Amino acid sequence: MDIVSPGFTGRRRGGTELPPGQYLTHEFPVLSAGPTPRIQTEHWEFTVTSETGEKYKWDWAALMALPAEEFTKDIHCVTRWSKLQTTWKGVSLDTLLADVETGADYAMAHSYGGYTTNLPLDDLLDGQSWIVYEYDGEPLDPEHGGPARLLVPHLYFWKSAKWVRGLVLSDIEDLGFWETAGYHEYGDPWKEQRYAGD
Amino acid sequence: MERTAIRRRLTWQVATVADVRRETETARTLVLEVPDWPGHVAGQHLDVRLTAPDGYRASRSYSIASAWSGSTIELTVEQVPDGEVSPYLVDVLKVGDPLEIRGPVGGWFVWKPEQDGPVQLIGGGSGVVPLRAMLRAHAGAGSTTPFRLLYSVRRPESVIYVSDLKELAASDDVDVRLVYTRDAPAGEPRVGRIDADVIAQYAFTPEDGATTYVCGPTPFVETVADLLVAAGHDPARVRTERFGPTGGPR
Repeated sequence: MDIVSPGFTGRRRGGTELPPGQYLTHEFPVLSAGPTPRIQTEHWEFTVTSETGEKYKWDWAALMALPAEEFTKDIHCVTRWSKLQTTWKGVSLDTLLADVETGADYAMAHSYGGYTTNLPLDDLLDGQSWIVYEYDGEPLDPEHGGPARLLVPHLYFWKSAKWVRGLVLSDIEDLGFWETAGYHEYGDPWKEQRYAGD
Repeated sequence: MERTAIRRRLTWQVATVADVRRETETARTLVLEVPDWPGHVAGQHLDVRLTAPDGYRASRSYSIASAWSGSTIELTVEQVPDGEVSPYLVDVLKVGDPLEIRGPVGGWFVWKPEQDGPVQLIGGGSGVVPLRAMLRAHAGAGSTTPFRLLYSVRRPESVIYVSDLKELAASDDVDVRLVYTRDAPAGEPRVGRIDADVIAQYAFTPEDGATTYVCGPTPFVETVADLLVAAGHDPARVRTERFGPTGGPR
C-alpha cells in the first residue's frame, strides 16, 4: 500500500550500495539479548560437531596457529543500520571445516551465554564466513563478541554470532534464538528477509 | 531459551494518530488507532515506515509503550539528535495523520502475566518505554507478581510517564525508584548513576529468583548488566535491550 507521510521529506542517509531499508552509520551499535559474557582466551574453545556426533576442537592457541585472513566487508543489521568497509582478521570457516567429514546441510552456531543462530552450511563455506578475533586492527571488544565471533557478512548481522563457541551440523534445519522469536530463518539483507515470512 | 513463535507473515498496516501527549521536551507519546492490530506481548516493538512524496522511504523500530487493549497502541518516541525519523514523529506528525506500521516483533524482551517469579525492571532514559508496557500489562492483568522499577534519569524534567509512575507507585505490587544522574528534586539527596550500592539496596537479590529486564543506551545497559552479574545474578535471567552506539571511540 502506498501512503505519503504528510510533511516528511527524509534525510536520504543511504546510498545505492546499501540493501533496501537500511541507513548508513559510522558508529558501531551493540545489540545483544543479555549481559556481555567475558570469556578469557585461555578458557575459550571452539567445537564443530558433525551430524554423526564427531567432535572437532580448537583452543585459542590452535586457532591462532591457523592461517588468518584480513579482509574488509560491509555489515548490515536487521535493525536497519549498515556499516561499510569494516576491517576484520580471523580464520576462514573453509580452513576450520577442511578436515570435518560431513554431508550436513545446516549448521547451528552456539555462543557462550546461550545464544544460537541457524545457517545453511553452504553459507559458511567458499570464503563467505570467518571466526574473527580482530576488528579494525584491535582485539575484538567483548561487547562486539570478543574474544571471537562468527562473521557472515552477506547475511543480517544477527547470524554473525558473538562469543561463538561452536557449530553443530545437522541434516535438518532447526531455528535459533532470534529465528524462534519472529525473525527470518535465512536473513538475506538484499531481499529484506527481516521477519518470518518475508 | 524457549521456543515460542507463531511464524506468520507480518504486513504493513495503516494506523491513524488518535492522540498525542508531550512527555518531556524531547519525547512524545503517539496514540495510534490500528483497526486490525493482532495484539502484542508487553515489551515487543514494531517498525514505523515514512514515505516522502517522491517515494523515498525510511523505517525504524520503536518499542510499544502500552499493554494490549484492543485496537489502540501507544508509542513513545525520544527525539534522536540528527535523527531522520524521530524528529518527524516527535514534532511533525499530528492527530488524524496516517502512519504505516508493521509488527509486533520480538519474543525475548517480553513479559507475560503467566510467567513465574518477580520482575525487576531497570530503565535508562527512554529505555523505560517497553518497561512501561510491562507495568501496564501487570496492572491490566491484576497480577500480584512483585514488580520493581529502577529508572535512571538525568533530572526531574526528563522523567517520562510522570503521572503514570506516581499512580503505579501507589500500588502495593509495584515499587518505583527513580535515580537522578544530574539534578535531583528537593528532598532527594542522592545524585549519581546506578551503582553496586543502588543495585544492592533496591533491586531483587539473586535469591529472589527474579527476571530482570534492562533497557537503555548501550553504555547504561552494559554497566547495569555487569553490575547484576557481579552481584551474583544468573546471566540467563537478565534480559537486555540496547539502543545507540557503544559510546566508545569506534
